[in-house]
Amino acid sequence: MSRQRGWLATELEHRGVSRREFLGFCTTMAAALALPDAAAAQIARAIQQTAKPILIWLEFQDCAGNTESFLRASRPTAAEVILDMLSLDYHETIMAAAGRQSRENRDRPVKDNPGNYIVVIEGSIPTGANGAYCTIGGESALDIARNVCSNAAATIAIGTCATFGGIPAAAPNPTGALGVADAVPGVRNLVNLSACPANVENLTALLVYYLTFKRWPPLDHLRRPLFAYGKSIHDGCERRAHYDAGQYVEAWGDEGHRAGHCLYKMGCKGPATFQNCPNVKWNGGTNWPIGCGHPCIGCSEPDFWDRMTPFYQHLPGVPGFGVASDIDKIGALAVLGVGAAFAGHGLIQIMKRVGNKPEPLEPKTPAKGA
Amino acid sequence: MARVVVDPVTRIEGHLRIEAEVDRGAVQDAWSSSTMFRGIEIILKGRDPRDAWAFTQRICGVCTTVHAIASIRAVENAIGSAPPPNARLLRNLIIAAQVVQDHVIHFYHLHALDWVDVVSALSANPAKTSSLAESISDWPLSSPKYFTGVRDRLKGFVDRGQLGPFANAYWGHPAYRLPAEANLMAVAHYLEALDWQREFIKMHAVLGGKNPHLQSFLVGGMATPVDPDSQSALNTHTIAALKQFVAQARDFVARVYIPDLLAIASFYKDWAGHGRGVGNYLAYGEYPDDDTANPVLFLPRGIIRGRDLSKVEPFDETKVTEYVSHSWYQYQAGDDVALHPYRGETAPNYTGPTPPYELLGTDTNKKYSWLKSPRYDGEPMEVGPLARMLVAYVSGHARVKELVGAVLKQLNVGPEALFSTLGRVAARGIETQIIAEKMDAWVDALAANMGSGELRIHDNSKWDPSTWPADAMGAGFHEAPRGALGHWVSIHNGLISNYQCVVPSTWNAGPRDAKDRRGPYEEALLGTPVADPERPIEILRTVHSFDPCMACGVHVVDAKRREVTRVRAV
Repeated sequence: MSRQRGWLATELEHRGVSRREFLGFCTTMAAALALPDAAAAQIARAIQQTAKPILIWLEFQDCAGNTESFLRASRPTAAEVILDMLSLDYHETIMAAAGRQSRENRDRPVKDNPGNYIVVIEGSIPTGANGAYCTIGGESALDIARNVCSNAAATIAIGTCATFGGIPAAAPNPTGALGVADAVPGVRNLVNLSACPANVENLTALLVYYLTFKRWPPLDHLRRPLFAYGKSIHDGCERRAHYDAGQYVEAWGDEGHRAGHCLYKMGCKGPATFQNCPNVKWNGGTNWPIGCGHPCIGCSEPDFWDRMTPFYQHLPGVPGFGVASDIDKIGALAVLGVGAAFAGHGLIQIMKRVGNKPEPLEPKTPAKGA
Repeated sequence: MARVVVDPVTRIEGHLRIEAEVDRGAVQDAWSSSTMFRGIEIILKGRDPRDAWAFTQRICGVCTTVHAIASIRAVENAIGSAPPPNARLLRNLIIAAQVVQDHVIHFYHLHALDWVDVVSALSANPAKTSSLAESISDWPLSSPKYFTGVRDRLKGFVDRGQLGPFANAYWGHPAYRLPAEANLMAVAHYLEALDWQREFIKMHAVLGGKNPHLQSFLVGGMATPVDPDSQSALNTHTIAALKQFVAQARDFVARVYIPDLLAIASFYKDWAGHGRGVGNYLAYGEYPDDDTANPVLFLPRGIIRGRDLSKVEPFDETKVTEYVSHSWYQYQAGDDVALHPYRGETAPNYTGPTPPYELLGTDTNKKYSWLKSPRYDGEPMEVGPLARMLVAYVSGHARVKELVGAVLKQLNVGPEALFSTLGRVAARGIETQIIAEKMDAWVDALAANMGSGELRIHDNSKWDPSTWPADAMGAGFHEAPRGALGHWVSIHNGLISNYQCVVPSTWNAGPRDAKDRRGPYEEALLGTPVADPERPIEILRTVHSFDPCMACGVHVVDAKRREVTRVRAV
């Protein structure tokens, strides 16, 4: 890995990013991560002193949605610079090399740079049919993940498929799909960025945090950074006042819908879903699903394809509402998870923080075979 | 004979493997294999059909709108739901934005590096690059200083010794033919396009909450309220924003993409003689102009067979079938029958080598892909921008005829040049230009509706499943960026009993059928030159010309109705 200093200044200059803009970015990042003001200087120092860390981005049972999200990094402009400043040595959707030569790029850091590269995994990992449900270069996804993660400094599972199994793992899970934590037990320094896809602003913030502090931020019990998954959608929702006032959309396109009323009755899963969509929004802060008029589908939560469906049926057990008569017929277990989260969403957050400890990064090569 | 394996084929969506027999400097035979499978259609069984769009949308995050559109159309067709005019206009705009953004990304970020040598750009003269750029377009980012900046930035990148995504590619391969200055110009536009796509696709966030995976689709309409007097609905502020996005698209396509395409193509005209393919073309057509059951389509529907540009055959939905003879599935009635999607049955049946493996063993093992082999009236069909432009051209679409004619004239080639690797690249560009020009009309129509008080976005009459028949079947057709996409759904007592997608990349990348006829990729690779079997860049050129999207291509439907047990929110 190159250790040249001062390259960042040159890089920024070539991109037309001034020193002032760069420091502005660092301040924004510090704010996004809820860090004290002094942290901005530390971020700036860390980013500039770090040689380009290698990033290996693996795609397995994926749709490339997180890759596309990654390409939308937009706020501030320097965020893209930061991403570009990682050495993206392997990413099938983007890289120039193909076939054997591309696989060499993937495997080289494992051998030559142990403990000095970050892995991002997109897509779930199938365990059925001896690995034949996903192969690359004749190797199974599982073998590739185990090998590449074994010497990584850290691994980021991006998107709900890589974190929790996602849609391939939805019932009846035809391919035995698993998220990274389950498929590669013992994987070190794993951070989960769930959502379908994950919001690139959270990936950017996570990488900056890592480059700055050489460790991951505090995580919730699902290994997700608290700065992005610490509050429910409902808590930050721009339509919350309408919920509190009992103003609901009753039919698509009705007066309440046009006036921006609460989407709870149309099936919104915001109360049971933890993510910062209402704050950071999407595509450079342009909009977000509830903002455009559609309910939240709970995409950052485990098993949401099973637990949050049917999408257009409202959550049970809501204060002030009669519980739908057919709820009794459905497994009480399922209702419990979502319902409890709803009824006590404030409480749940507190619980999430208990027992949560940030994981220090191990600076040197750990043993193989994670 | 040398067996050349390209796996992974990169700069695509998904997992694709090509095996080719190369002899005397050219491909003699080829096998296209998809190496990933999820089973989303199995997962859909027993679920609420109104949820299906969100599930099928996750088939692909690159063409992130296409399976949602096909799904809501299929379910609407089944239950008799009639979306109002605003829903049609919003969908047309979302589809169009997807096509324009996707095609630009394909040209610059997925395909260009097969034609553009990034390392060669380092030796370019910025002043000459500026002259070249200014000779083909009035795009303002064209000064010598600008290109010096791009070159130096690239140089800094190379000097640090960390080439990242550009490492270990086929740079310096004799098949690269652009002068250094053209390479530098293309690299500059590669970077500009990266910024452009990010900004332009905010149009999807305006209309769908976010991109990728927009979230404003509904069976029966759209979830985005329309009301010029509300700050929580699509209003005149939205109209102004849409106008700006559309102008941004037209500008970049007309002044950067198309001039680059023509400039680069002029150095690779021999590629009009490679990659011919199966010579049959299928287009479902797109962009309904009215709200009837059989609307007029801006791009027409039809079939062209045997490269015969004298007539377009009408499309007959009943003639679509799929084979699994060479796919890792089995049919109850034997693997050599072809089934229509409504009767589609599949059980995964992996018979390939156990990973890790070196070769698929296509000489001894009949099955070699997770893709099925779709056929129309028994024949393989190519789908995609080339199919759409050919069907429109022969149908007499005035603007398509005009632009196809202009491109052929500029490259000084005849219409037969269209049936090729280069023809696919050109057709994609022509389509982008035509759609970018058309979008404004739909924005205007939306504005006119707002002005006249036509604010409906949804057909509420069929939202409640109790209004549906006990049994219903429907098909939804759509032109995705990569070609003809069809979804077939069967509904029983309000729940999905069968669901099947026949997808563009299945049409194009599918394996041989029961009669051993090759799929379009395989056929197109025959005769493709390969100068160096260790660096088969020519194979990438032809395969990339189809814009592979493998996650889309793989699908499966369970043969037996499987009881799906799962827990639910309610």
